[in-house]
Amino acid sequence: MYRYDEFDHGFVTARVAEFRDQVERRLAGEITEDQFKPLRLMNGVYLQLHAYMLRIAVPYGTLNSRQMRMLAHIARTYDKGYGHFTTRQNIQFNWPALADIPAILNDLASVEMHAIQTSGNCIRNVTADHFAGAAADEVADPRPYAEILRQWSSVHPEFSYLPRKFKIAVTGAERDRAAIQVHDIGLHLKRNEAGELGFAVWVGGGQGRTPMIAKKIRDFLPERDLLSYVTAIMRVYNLHGRRDNKYKARIKILVHETGAEEFARQVEAEWEALRDSELKLPDADIRAIETYFAPPPLTARPEGDETVKLARLDSRSFGAWLERNVVSHRHPDYAAVTISLKGIGEAPGDATDVQMDAVADLAERYGFDEIRVSHEQNLILPHVARADLKIVHERLVEIGLATANAGLVTDIIACPGLDYCALANARSIPVAQDISRRFASAERQREVGELKLKISGCINACGHHHVGHIGILGVEKKGAELYQITLGGSADENTSIGEIVGRGFGPDEITDAIETLIDTYLGLRASREENFLQAYRRVGAQPFKDALYGQEAKAA
Amino acid sequence: MKVLTANRLIDGEAVWLAADHSWSETIAAAEVARDDASREKLERAGKAALLKNEVVDVNLIDVAMEDGEIVPLRLRERIRAAGPTTHPQFGKQARPRIAQAA
Repeated sequence: MYRYDEFDHGFVTARVAEFRDQVERRLAGEITEDQFKPLRLMNGVYLQLHAYMLRIAVPYGTLNSRQMRMLAHIARTYDKGYGHFTTRQNIQFNWPALADIPAILNDLASVEMHAIQTSGNCIRNVTADHFAGAAADEVADPRPYAEILRQWSSVHPEFSYLPRKFKIAVTGAERDRAAIQVHDIGLHLKRNEAGELGFAVWVGGGQGRTPMIAKKIRDFLPERDLLSYVTAIMRVYNLHGRRDNKYKARIKILVHETGAEEFARQVEAEWEALRDSELKLPDADIRAIETYFAPPPLTARPEGDETVKLARLDSRSFGAWLERNVVSHRHPDYAAVTISLKGIGEAPGDATDVQMDAVADLAERYGFDEIRVSHEQNLILPHVARADLKIVHERLVEIGLATANAGLVTDIIACPGLDYCALANARSIPVAQDISRRFASAERQREVGELKLKISGCINACGHHHVGHIGILGVEKKGAELYQITLGGSADENTSIGEIVGRGFGPDEITDAIETLIDTYLGLRASREENFLQAYRRVGAQPFKDALYGQEAKAA
Repeated sequence: MKVLTANRLIDGEAVWLAADHSWSETIAAAEVARDDASREKLERAGKAALLKNEVVDVNLIDVAMEDGEIVPLRLRERIRAAGPTTHPQFGKQARPRIAQAA
């Protein structure tokens, strides 16, 4: 993985010192909250309901064991023994004191981590496929490009005060696991007919109060032109993006109002002036960054097949976990393991300090020291020898992280919601926990099959409800929580935005409503192979409306 | 009826203004404003505290009295007063004699 050079170390250390001084001046009353707030946000510090919250960047979701241990140390020393992994592949701590944050940032800097640009109207943490570098179906590892974008966008003077926040995602496979079509810019790494690497460029996707699917404005952008082209997009946005209305300030609104064709024309015109500038990436530089992401030395471990076969016969729970949480690797003797942070009845994405330490140990011993955070709020060990799967599973059982539910109904994405978040209108985590308990039976989950259920506690959609096969949006109505259901959303290569199915449900009704929807699906699916989304796309919303609302739906 | 709430600058702890103009970590000690004059008094105290950099995010919130206890009307404020409903072991509810929000 990427290692800081002297410049990176100097830059991050200087930033910690600068923020320490700002915090000291704030606590001494030398600067006001109005002056301090933008400074703390630029360093990932929010004020939530109960305390400050610190959001730490995990660039493209990649961590090593030393970094994970530092996160455990922070949870234990400065927080309440746990952290929350987010849909931007980052981690949030819910209880740090402002006075402690400079010390936390100092600890982070010692393991090449920081909280820069995890908030504010700038280019946020660039996300990537969590199986990058391991996936059997990938053209090339997308993370070198994510790292190039990270270096270029960090405190970029021209793009530090954009009309609104800006999110970029990169994937290296046809099968999109990075949700690139709901990002401000989505980059799909591919090869052209000549075998050269480049990107399909998608612009103007996003969720929030106005969900939109990105438009593809270029089918193939040579890799050397990555920064000049992205700069051209940013310039068009920075110039024409709306600053008069926060709710219309994202690039998706500009692309929508301008029209994708005209927007692309403006980008291309801007690019013409830039493409041969110093932003053109020298091949040597790309290859140099690539070496940081060189695959680990995956030696042949052919005994894996036999070990796995015996382990399956020996343990049903291992078999179930293998089926759900282990995916094939480009090396046949290896696999990528999803460590579910969605134990039955647990808060999605939460991990304790003990669990973080244990995952770090596993990565170090069995996973070439690599860990990923997925945007689905799970952890990944991307390179595990099949021969070691049994022991990894046993260790995960011991620390309560062996739930075999990846991609199933209890693998729920949920934002922190009203239990923590100052923006939320309704709680998310308790809804997720209740649904998780309702579908606790492993057999029942397997029967239901692949189902992406996503919950947000407000219209900002941090819980990605718009792209859930079933989405739940919490709102406040007459002082009470109310949950709206959307159906048919998806965030893969066939992205769709879910449609609101009808009137909302109270906190005591929502789990029953979800169960009704799932039972309806089970009753109408063409076969076990037809998953919820496919069935919904075939039959439409009506059977689900009928089941939820009965006569009321027919009258409407 | 209203009480004045804020978050303490140094650690973000949710606090409420008490009758002696100190900031209490529990809502039970909050001074309740039942008329315009006392509400204005709370607001003035809040502004002063903000200027003194003791607290941030100062707000007057609606409350009711239930069985002699101060209970915020909005769920958001009940959760602030108690702690996350999902983690009863954390927040003020983990201390003695604070009920959970929901």
